[in-house]
Amino acid sequence: MNSLLRFFRQFWILLRREKFNNELEEEMAFHREHAEKQLQADGLPPQAAQHAARRQFGSALRLKEASHDIVGFRFESVLQDFRFALRQLRKNPGFTATAALMLALGMCASIAIFAFVDAALLKPLPYRDPSTLVAVFESTSAFPHSNLSYPDYLDWKKLNTVFRSLDIFDGNEMILTTPSGAQPTHGARVSDGFFRTLGVAPVLGRDFAPGEDLPSAARTVLLSYATWQQRYGGNKDVLGQTVVLDGNANVIIGVLPADFHFAPAEPAAFWTTMHASSGCDIRRSCHGLYGVARLKDGVSLSTALANVTAIAAQLEKLYPDDNMGQGASLTTLTEYIVGDIRPILFVLLCGAGLLLLIASINVASLLLVRSESRKREVAVRTALGASRVRLTRQFVTEGLVLVAAGSVLGLGSAYWTMQLLTKLIPQNMLARMTFLRGLGFTARVWVFAAIISVLAAALFSLTPTLHFSWSQIRDSLAEGSRAHAGNTWRRVGSKLVVLELATAVVLLVGAGLLGKSLYLLLQVDIGMRPEHLATLSIDAPNSNYEKNPQAIALERRVIREMAVLPGVESVGITSDIPVTHWGNTTWLRVLGRPWNGHDHIDVPERDVNPEYFTTLGAKLVRGRYFTEGEDASKPHVVIINQAFAKEYFPGEDPIGKQLSHISVAPDPMEIVGIVQDIKEGQLDTVNQGAVYIPFEQSPNNYFNVVLRTSQAEQSLLPAMRAAIHQIDPDIITPAGSSMLEVINGSPSAYMHRSSAWLVGGFALLALLLGIVGLYGVVAYSVSQRTREIGIRMALGAQSRSVYQLILKEAGRLIAIGLVIGLVCSIAAATLMRTLLFSVRSWDVPTLAAVAAVLAIFALLASYIPARRAASLDPVETLRAE
Amino acid sequence: MQPMAKKSDLLPGTLDLLILKTLTRAPQHGYGIALSIKQSSQDFLTVEEGSLYPALQRLLLQGWVKAEWKKTETNRRARYYTLTQSGRKQLGVELSQFQRMIAAIGRVLQDA
Repeated sequence: MNSLLRFFRQFWILLRREKFNNELEEEMAFHREHAEKQLQADGLPPQAAQHAARRQFGSALRLKEASHDIVGFRFESVLQDFRFALRQLRKNPGFTATAALMLALGMCASIAIFAFVDAALLKPLPYRDPSTLVAVFESTSAFPHSNLSYPDYLDWKKLNTVFRSLDIFDGNEMILTTPSGAQPTHGARVSDGFFRTLGVAPVLGRDFAPGEDLPSAARTVLLSYATWQQRYGGNKDVLGQTVVLDGNANVIIGVLPADFHFAPAEPAAFWTTMHASSGCDIRRSCHGLYGVARLKDGVSLSTALANVTAIAAQLEKLYPDDNMGQGASLTTLTEYIVGDIRPILFVLLCGAGLLLLIASINVASLLLVRSESRKREVAVRTALGASRVRLTRQFVTEGLVLVAAGSVLGLGSAYWTMQLLTKLIPQNMLARMTFLRGLGFTARVWVFAAIISVLAAALFSLTPTLHFSWSQIRDSLAEGSRAHAGNTWRRVGSKLVVLELATAVVLLVGAGLLGKSLYLLLQVDIGMRPEHLATLSIDAPNSNYEKNPQAIALERRVIREMAVLPGVESVGITSDIPVTHWGNTTWLRVLGRPWNGHDHIDVPERDVNPEYFTTLGAKLVRGRYFTEGEDASKPHVVIINQAFAKEYFPGEDPIGKQLSHISVAPDPMEIVGIVQDIKEGQLDTVNQGAVYIPFEQSPNNYFNVVLRTSQAEQSLLPAMRAAIHQIDPDIITPAGSSMLEVINGSPSAYMHRSSAWLVGGFALLALLLGIVGLYGVVAYSVSQRTREIGIRMALGAQSRSVYQLILKEAGRLIAIGLVIGLVCSIAAATLMRTLLFSVRSWDVPTLAAVAAVLAIFALLASYIPARRAASLDPVETLRAE
Repeated sequence: MQPMAKKSDLLPGTLDLLILKTLTRAPQHGYGIALSIKQSSQDFLTVEEGSLYPALQRLLLQGWVKAEWKKTETNRRARYYTLTQSGRKQLGVELSQFQRMIAAIGRVLQDA
């Protein structure tokens, strides 16, 4: 009650502050007058009485402030500090802008990268209890994570004792039939319990019922939320409508939640069920599906792995023809989805953190220099009666205002940086990184930003405060104490600069190693000339092209049409475009060698036309290429690559030897040629043995066209698409691009490029900031030593020795920074080994180059103030003091 | 900065007590209060203006004194402070506290 009354009185005074001041002043004037009269009555002369009364009374201002402190609210003085801080900062726009911008830069980088880390790694996947979900694979010696076949899946599901449920999925390109013709789209096929295993329920309609994935069940489909919104306008009456996918009519039974995503099968607009009834789906040897399972309570990953490994061994014994060498492997689903991106994000976050560190150090040194030059101001204010607490609060307020400005700028630019970085990710990769949909200012990002701001605020308000407790303030009023104060700054400032230079070295080395990795990666011999190649994939509907003669007829027609397009020099056909993957393997054995009935060679098979190799610009090592008309009616032939020859025919001539598939009766294929290794997989993979078979001896209604052209590849694509649709409008052409785009956009190249560019950017900024910091320290030191230098020169020192004086000091800092930085960067590079490609973490040329670059820039930065010192006029300097 | 030396340091918290006690006799203005304390203590206690006015503001805020502008005998305008009901109560509290303190100090000094 009492405190409430007190508050109201306080508030009343606040409202009538003017009156309060006037009354207080009048009251004190009255007091002073009476005191003066009393003194006069005691016998003092009027003038002396007046002075005595004033002395006794003390500073009227301070008295008033004391009263204010009692009746005023705390925020009033805070407001006052705030206004003063703004005035101070406005008075020094250069300092303010530099400090705020540097802070904003550091915050922008780290917040933006953290947002990616948050979206990809911190945000739990949108499934119930994601920690008990595992990705389920078979494994072979070449592929630790290979796919399950449908019959294997059924057996694993039946036999395992560790999964509460096991389901399969498979993301695919699909053909969507619309009134305006066939359209390529993306879809996924899943087993009936897939969404129940994930713990995801449709927002509209129902989930797949048990048994709905069997061939006998009616075909049903769930829509992704985006598809529902975009294609169906979010209408609730979509349920029961029909969608024709790959020629099959599916009834829409539900819509998935907006936040649902499942990266391994994305981008999927339509989710249908397995319906395994023919072809690959029912062959045990056709391993093409992915598994996802939920572990039973208390079952660990290793226990589960032991169980499925035993099952795989059992199946291997039962079905040696189909399952020879097929083991099992499991990883957590989280690891499977974001495992690849984790190291790169980790490195980027570290890079951004280091940049923030350098930026903060720079701002802190700026503040130190500034408080140095404000030493007099502080001394005067102290003498006039400002208390230590009040002064400290003033510096804290200035630090806070600075951090607030930096934070606002940093947050704003972080938002734009996030958008920009997302745009830089190639569309096809972004479609699969569905977890990035959660990118943005989430609660965790805000907390992160808040922590950074608080730390920065603490740093920036404590720096000048501590600085003033180091040195006696009253000393500063005395003339000639500047050298002492300068020393303090030089000591602390130079330590900060060493730290900055070391950090810049770490970032530069990181960027150098990543850049060199990227360079080496793009220099990898891929066994062809990728320039002037256009590629287009062709997906013809099963209904008209599934039979071999149909597929062959289509292939021949496509070659004819493509060959007449303007600028086309040659036309190649292949089942898989190079620099994508080493998958789509086949099982072979060498005829004429003893065979135990199931051992086999598991290598990628590519079905190509005769002109394919010359189109790519591949090199024939021995033998011949295929010839026109080598179709099923002719003896079967095969071309192997060098890696195959080396591995399976060491010391032998493979030409003329025969290979055969293993699961059927021997179908001899004569080796007619050896081609130099073409990089079928990602750039950072090792070459594996591969076989090439004439397309017409192994036709398919899905294949790729590769054109060598004298024109710009991109400009050819529309004509290529048009020509294909001329043949049949129901054929879809899902992916088309130049071979260079395929290579540059491949995940391995992208990962290396993005990390190299981003860390490179951080490193350049760090170099800039570090150099600016060094310049600041040296220039300040020169300005503090002007007098000393003047005396030295007056006593006959040559300008050469002045250079020496300054550059020796700078050189020491640079050397220490370099050594610390190089040691740290070797440690840091070891941590990011996984991102390096054929570069060691202690790559000497990179380390040497970084050291040279930094040393040159740093010496340049110290040369400028050194020159200023050397060109000083000694008489001028001494007079100025 | 060293604070300026005082003529005689008041025991902490006693200034409020002295002001309240002074005002029991009659309403007074600030100068009058200072003078009254000085005279009653036979020039031993000097209330610093630097402490007097902040103390008066504090008492006003607590509601222990009231202030109003009145004419002095010499026809000047001055702010007179009057003790309120709750101020009188507070004086009792502070007085007994002070006496307990003095008694306690006295006992300590006697024993020593």
